[in-house]
Parts: sequence; structure tokens; C-alpha cells
Amino acid sequence: MGTILVAAVSLSAQQTPAFPAVPSMTGASFATPETSKAVSEKLAQLDKDVKAAQSAGDNAWMLVSAALVLMMTGPGLALFYGGLVRRKNTLAIMMQSFALMALITVLWALVGYSLCFGGNGPVIGSFEHAFLRGVGAEPNPDYAGTIPQATFMVYQLMFAIITPALITGATAERMKFSGTVLFLTLWCLVVYAPLAHMVWGKGGLLNAAGGRFPCLDFAGGTVVHISSGVSALVCALYLGKRTGYPKQPMPPHSLVLSFIGACLLWVGWFGFNAGSALAASSLATSAFVATHFAAAAAALGWSAAEWLKNGRASALGAISGAVAGLVAITPASGFVGPMPALAIGLIAGVVCYWMVTKVKAIFGYDDALDAFGVHGAGGTIGALLTGVFAQQVINPIFGAGKDVGGLDGHWGQVGNQLVGVLLAWVIALVGTLVLLKIVDLLTGLRVPEEHEIAGLDITQHGEEAYNLEA
Amino acid sequence: MMKIEAIIQPSRFESVKDGLREIGVEGMTVTEARGHGRQKGHTEVYRGREYTVDLLPKIKLEMVLPDALVSRAVDTILKTAKTGKIGDGKIFVSRVEEAIRIRNEERGENAL
Repeated sequence: MGTILVAAVSLSAQQTPAFPAVPSMTGASFATPETSKAVSEKLAQLDKDVKAAQSAGDNAWMLVSAALVLMMTGPGLALFYGGLVRRKNTLAIMMQSFALMALITVLWALVGYSLCFGGNGPVIGSFEHAFLRGVGAEPNPDYAGTIPQATFMVYQLMFAIITPALITGATAERMKFSGTVLFLTLWCLVVYAPLAHMVWGKGGLLNAAGGRFPCLDFAGGTVVHISSGVSALVCALYLGKRTGYPKQPMPPHSLVLSFIGACLLWVGWFGFNAGSALAASSLATSAFVATHFAAAAAALGWSAAEWLKNGRASALGAISGAVAGLVAITPASGFVGPMPALAIGLIAGVVCYWMVTKVKAIFGYDDALDAFGVHGAGGTIGALLTGVFAQQVINPIFGAGKDVGGLDGHWGQVGNQLVGVLLAWVIALVGTLVLLKIVDLLTGLRVPEEHEIAGLDITQHGEEAYNLEA
Repeated sequence: MMKIEAIIQPSRFESVKDGLREIGVEGMTVTEARGHGRQKGHTEVYRGREYTVDLLPKIKLEMVLPDALVSRAVDTILKTAKTGKIGDGKIFVSRVEEAIRIRNEERGENAL
């Protein structure tokens, strides 16, 4: 067998090398200048092939993830919110999510992506990639070295779409369509872009790898959930209560829609969190597992709290709990194991239940669909608990052998998380307030009372969700 | 000619309808209605907000019958609609002046 092999190699060495590993195994006699050149060429080719295979695998997963995240906005969030409003405002709230799918996409192509991921400034990106200049098949090693930059770009776009869409939960049933789209488009530039760059962008102030305050945010606890949740609270306070709130009953018009929406959100969240590994890696698996476990624990936590309080576990409670858990695990998903994920979910489920049932009633703000109670509160809890539970065995982000979170013994990370949380709160508060003032002057924010009573479907869009006689 | 209006529990509707058909009631108008008498509503809780639902779903039956059939129809409704609990509904009986079939303009009991 050995002689046959050797004969084959000596033959092939003169023509096309077929077994590049063999010469070194079979002795120095084959290491002529020609064979070693052929071997190194073959090795280079193999290296290229391996990279191409990895890139193909990673790219497949990232494109699927991008599609999953888009599915979270439409239909996921649109159905979830659509079912929670009264019948007369169904299309209006769904249309707000859908409009953002179109608007933010165009904005992203023009300047949005560049402002988030161009350049290496501490606070905001640059115009380096304006009009998607230089964003194509070549990977961008600063972010994701194995997939085309265009894949990374379109994946990040889906995050920029859903984040402002979350805010519409607080402004529901009373904000003008014109004011909503103008405000949320500007919000994407003024609040989302700097936060995304600070946390995820190269050179960003809060970047976990090398920032001034390394803040752990795997998939957007600060960038997505605190930013949208806190802005939602500002919007709710600025707009004021819906006409008739809280005296008049405003029950959800179709929990069936909300149920389907919440289940789509749960599934889409695998793209959101596991996709944030930016590769089809074992870290993606870890994030996938943590995400799922947190959602389950939070659904149980919220339901248990409700059962104790009301003597019953409601469908709306269970799905709201799952969403709260998914929010809270978002920043932690790539840093924690399954057991901490259960703990984070359980805590988020109970705390968010308390936020939307008790705290909202005490302060009396009309966060119509609980965008702040779930995303603001859940995001804050998740960001802080990430600092507690993050472990280097899951993700050695600070380098091999370096402690990551409190469980590793690096309690200072909780302080870093706190800086990230505070900065996100401040940017969201200030940015939103300034933009609301501006948009109030330009288009106005609130519909007239008679339009609110008639419903936004008819008055803002000239159509109805349910034409039962048609 | 008498008109019977009966407001009943939705759960009893099929039995009432079948009972009336058995005694020869040939037509009726049925409306899904909401209302309440002495029956209290129930509370629903959505994310901690309680709503009292006091208008409950009911079925309203209306039929105009020849005098001879009225008391048997009332008895049938009483028998088939009763569950014995508050919320079983009410029967109203009133006299009808005239009935006209639109298709051929027949009048009186012939039009029923």
C-alpha cells in the first residue's frame, strides 16, 4: 500500500500535485523546490476553500437571521400591537410598523448604516459608507470577517427597523401618522445611530472590545430596548393620555392577533440574538439556547405573579411575559449559560408584570401598549444582569483567561453596564424630547379629539380594518 | 295576533328554537343582543386593568303568532329556556294590529 502511494505521489509531483500532505509524511526526499512550491500552492488553495466553506455557512445563517428579524416587525410586532389596540386603530398601528420597514430601509441605504458602522469615532459613525459606498461582497473584518459586508449591513438594518417600531406602542391610538413617521425617522438618526455606534461601532465609547467603558450588549439591550423603551415613556408623557383614559374601558380588540404576533416575535428573536454571533458558530447556539430558556422562564414568572394576584393565568399575561424575557435576555444572550438565562427570564417576567400593573397605575402615564414597561424596564434589568451573569466560559470577550462578569469575579463589569444603561437613558430622554418639540412644530403630534374618538384607521388612513358588511 | 319577544341565554337558543318548531311555530326573527337585568356582569383583567363587563350577550327572539298558538309558545319557551339561574331572560307578549306579507299583500293571520 505504501509503495503504491509513494509511486503515485512521485508521479503527481511532476504533473499536478494531488496529495500535498504526503511528502512531509514520507520523508525529505520529496521536498524538491518544485514539490514544496506545489504544496504551498495547494495549502493556500485549501485555506481558501476552508474559508469559503465557512463563509458560505455563516452567510446562510446570517441571511436567514436577517429575514427572521424583519419578520419580528412585520408581521410579529404589527400583529402583537394590532391586537392590543381597539378595533378602530388596528390598521393605523400596523401601518406604523410597516411604514418603518420602508422608511428606515431607504434611510439606511443613504446614511443610516454609515452613521452606525462607518469610521471609528467614539460617539457616532461617519459618512464613509454613505450611499453604501464600499459595502459589497467583501467582508468587513472590523465587524464580521467571514460574511459579505452587505450581509452584515442588511442584518443590522432589520434592527434599526424594529427599534423605532417598538416606540409606537406608547403613542398608540392618538398620534398622527405624519408626526409619527417624521419623528421616528429623525429618531433613528439622532438616538439610534449614536447609541448603536457607541456600543457596537469600531472605537465606540461603550464598545465591549476596547471602548472607554466596555459595556456588554450582545444583541441590543441598550441599543434597542432601553433606547426605544425610554423614548416611549417620554412620548407617552409628552403626548398625554388617550381621551377617556383611564376611566373608559380600552380592552384589547383581538388577543388572537396578539397571540400570533407574540409567537412570531419569539421565533424571530432567534435571528435577533443567535444571529448576533454574526456567524453560524457555537456561540450562536449558546445565544439561541439562552434566548429560548429566558422566554420560557419569563412567561412562567409573569403568569405565576398574575395567578397569585388575580387567581388566574391569562393568555395576554403569558405572551407579555415571554416578550419581557426575550427583551431582558437580549444583551446577555451571547454571554450567559442556560441557568443564568432562566434566572434572568424569571426576574424579568415578574418585574415587568409589576411595572405594567402597579408602577404605571401609580404614576398614571398612558403607555398604551406598555412599550416602556416591557422594553424600557426589561432592557434595563437585562443590561444590568448581563454584568452579573456574563462568563468567560461562554464568551471570552475580554481575552482568554480574563474574567467577564460578576459570576467570574469581575464585579466592576456591573459598573460598566450601569454606565451604558445611564448613557442610553440620557440619550433617549434628551434626543426624544428635542425631536418631539421639533416635530410638534412641524406637523403636530396628536390627532384632534374627534379623530381620536372616530379612530385613526378612518381619520389617518381612510380605511377600516374590519369591513364586516363588505 | 300576538307578538312574542323573548330574551334568552345564548346557550338555550337551540332548545328553544327546536321546541317552538315542534309546536308549529313557522317563522321567527333572531337577533344577537347585549343587555342585563338583575344579572351582574363579570370582570376582565388586561395587564392589571380591570374592566367590568355588565352588558352580557343574549339572544332575542321575535315572532308574531295567531292567538291560538300564543300560550303554547309561551309555555314552550318557559320550559326550554329555563336554567333556574339569574340571567335566564324575559318574555314580552303584546297585541299586533296588522300583518302584511310584502310579496302578495296578504293581510292578517294569513300573512303570518
